[in-house]
Amino acid sequence: MKLLIRGGRLIEPSLGLDGRYDVLVEDGKVIDLVQGGLPKAPEGAKVYEAAGKVIAPGFIDIHVHLREPGQEYKEDIETGTRAAMAGGFTSVCCMANTEPCNDNAQVTKYILDRAAATAKINVFPIGAITKGLEGKELAEMGDMMAAGAVAFSDDGKCLQNAELMRRALEYARGLGAPVINHSEDCDLVGHGCMNEGIVSARLGLHGNPVTAEIVQVGRDIVVAEAARSRLHVPHASAKGSIDLVRQAKERGAAVTCEVTPHHLLLTEEAVALYNTNAKMAPPLRTEEDRQALCEALASGVIDCIATDHAPHSPDEKDREFELAPNGVIGMETALPVALLLVERGIISLPKLVERLTVGAARCIGLRKGTLAKGADADITVFDPGVPVEVNANRFQSKSRNCPFHGWKLKGHVEAVFCGGKPVWGNAA
Amino acid sequence: MDFARKDLLGIEDLSAEEIVAILDTAQAMKEILTRDKKKVPTLQGKTVVTLFFESSTRTRLSFELAAKRLSADTLSVAAQTSSVTKRETLLDTVRNLEAMQADYIVLRHPLSGAAAHLAQHSEASIVNAGDGSHEHPSQALLDAFTIRERFGKLSGLKVLIVGDIAHSRVARSNLFLLTKLGAKVMFAGPGTLLPDAFSKMGAELHERLDDAIPQADVIMMLRVQFERMKGPYFPSEREYALRFCLSPKRLAQAPKHAIVMHPGPVNRGLEVSPEVADGSSSVILDQVSNGIATRMAILYLLSNGKAQKGQA
Repeated sequence: MKLLIRGGRLIEPSLGLDGRYDVLVEDGKVIDLVQGGLPKAPEGAKVYEAAGKVIAPGFIDIHVHLREPGQEYKEDIETGTRAAMAGGFTSVCCMANTEPCNDNAQVTKYILDRAAATAKINVFPIGAITKGLEGKELAEMGDMMAAGAVAFSDDGKCLQNAELMRRALEYARGLGAPVINHSEDCDLVGHGCMNEGIVSARLGLHGNPVTAEIVQVGRDIVVAEAARSRLHVPHASAKGSIDLVRQAKERGAAVTCEVTPHHLLLTEEAVALYNTNAKMAPPLRTEEDRQALCEALASGVIDCIATDHAPHSPDEKDREFELAPNGVIGMETALPVALLLVERGIISLPKLVERLTVGAARCIGLRKGTLAKGADADITVFDPGVPVEVNANRFQSKSRNCPFHGWKLKGHVEAVFCGGKPVWGNAA
Repeated sequence: MDFARKDLLGIEDLSAEEIVAILDTAQAMKEILTRDKKKVPTLQGKTVVTLFFESSTRTRLSFELAAKRLSADTLSVAAQTSSVTKRETLLDTVRNLEAMQADYIVLRHPLSGAAAHLAQHSEASIVNAGDGSHEHPSQALLDAFTIRERFGKLSGLKVLIVGDIAHSRVARSNLFLLTKLGAKVMFAGPGTLLPDAFSKMGAELHERLDDAIPQADVIMMLRVQFERMKGPYFPSEREYALRFCLSPKRLAQAPKHAIVMHPGPVNRGLEVSPEVADGSSSVILDQVSNGIATRMAILYLLSNGKAQKGQA
């Protein structure tokens, strides 16, 4: 079975390609990228016309919450991966904080079974570092890895015990998996529920100081370097954290880093007046931090964009600010929101595609994000110029907690192919 | 002037003109309270519910009395005896009150933003009677009324507010109000309770009380809010009192005309020594009396505002 995607602008950062190429797929694999395009489609091939569109490797989101098992009222693997497809993602890494949490191979297998039954894209589970996400005893990382886990994290529960962090990193080294540690010192966070600063002072909300993140990033880098292991810093929010990551990379440390679309576009001002769809951990920071994140994304100090897609039901979010849970959804808006940075001249389109594809794959060690010959034909076709108005009520996700509702943006996902199969958009 | 508001959520979004309108209306209300028959029919047929999720004596009674003086029907809900103990959400509680046709809901709540949250979903007028560490607008208004009554103005005065600034809704509302009306605000307290951000909002910060007292026309002592303190802010009550209690000796450093205020309830000997609280500079009980007139003004003006909005 052959598929030809033709007529578009191919942006393939892992191969350094940007130009007019046709993509030829057979049996789920890329078999050729033809510069200038084929004069005529091979016999029997299905043809997808991508004229005027961008053809890219399928996007990869290495930080999402699919909520299954246990919190299916917020999201499940089927709706969460539909939201992913609508956003152009063909691979997602789902966090371990389900109920029960993914701290053993049985849960890992359950997630993969459910994904096989209900998802049309690749789901890669992230296993817990510690049993019950409690930060006390190591979980069976090797067993989870054998079952299909790709990385380890206690998600929002930052591993505080430095010795346990050291041992987790040393142990994961032999598995070849990165450790992802939510970067917030719990004591410094205290009861903080938004960035500590002028807005928290005005609103009378407990502040979460920027030092809470920076201190934790610093400690984790020191411990990871000593352990000669791979550390991934999730959702960096602060300039000070970025500075530490940059210095670590300059020393050659195996440290990678992600940023969310909301931290790239919003500041603490979005919280006023008590907007719970601007409440997440780490919190939105200042304009200075936001600009530093944008620069770091462009320079490559930040390796990728990850959404931290965190669905919560309207009843949970629409209440007193301090009682509302942390988190916002992001997969369905990631592309048009990130394209604002291209429009503003902060990052080029090929670099942005890199940060959504191979840059993300590299953080986790996924063999994805490339359209090299023989690679899985995970492909996203999008039109960066189409005007769209964000309407959370029409999302594929079960949840509506989106801080960009009502924004007028540009960029629409036209078609998504996973393993050569059309799974979303006007090809499906 | 037009006062076209349904809710009073805080001072921050009020204009100077709106604040003066409330203070002037409170002046007229105070006159009613000097009459033999201390009651007018203004809010006859209206229902005012005080919904308090934190303990309060002064504010709740003051709002209830204000409502009664305006001939409204009053109901009082205390969280300890309500369905909140059955895990009903704030929003559901208020929807039920509205179903009983409450016209005003006077809300006190331990969480910042609770009043704003309700106002987004409510037809009734929401009056913020203190939300967490955020705002306590009626307190700031009655404080301003009391200061203006004493000095004839607010502009140009230096007002020193002392204590647990970080957790104080009274400090925030006063900062917003006093700076809008041209007074200078000084905040004093230990560094742990004095966030830097307030200097960007127009306050002058003093970590040593004795530096600030000689400049103050008004000294407002705040209650140490143990219930909101969730961290190591100072070593002991004893040491706090040593450094920040307004003693007669400290007060002697202030100008002769300086007045002493406190929103209550007073921790005697911790924030204010008994001699000062009961002394000739103290206007603490004037604040309480003026609270009724101020709250009558608030309820009255919101009824106008709501009516105007309804016509629009």
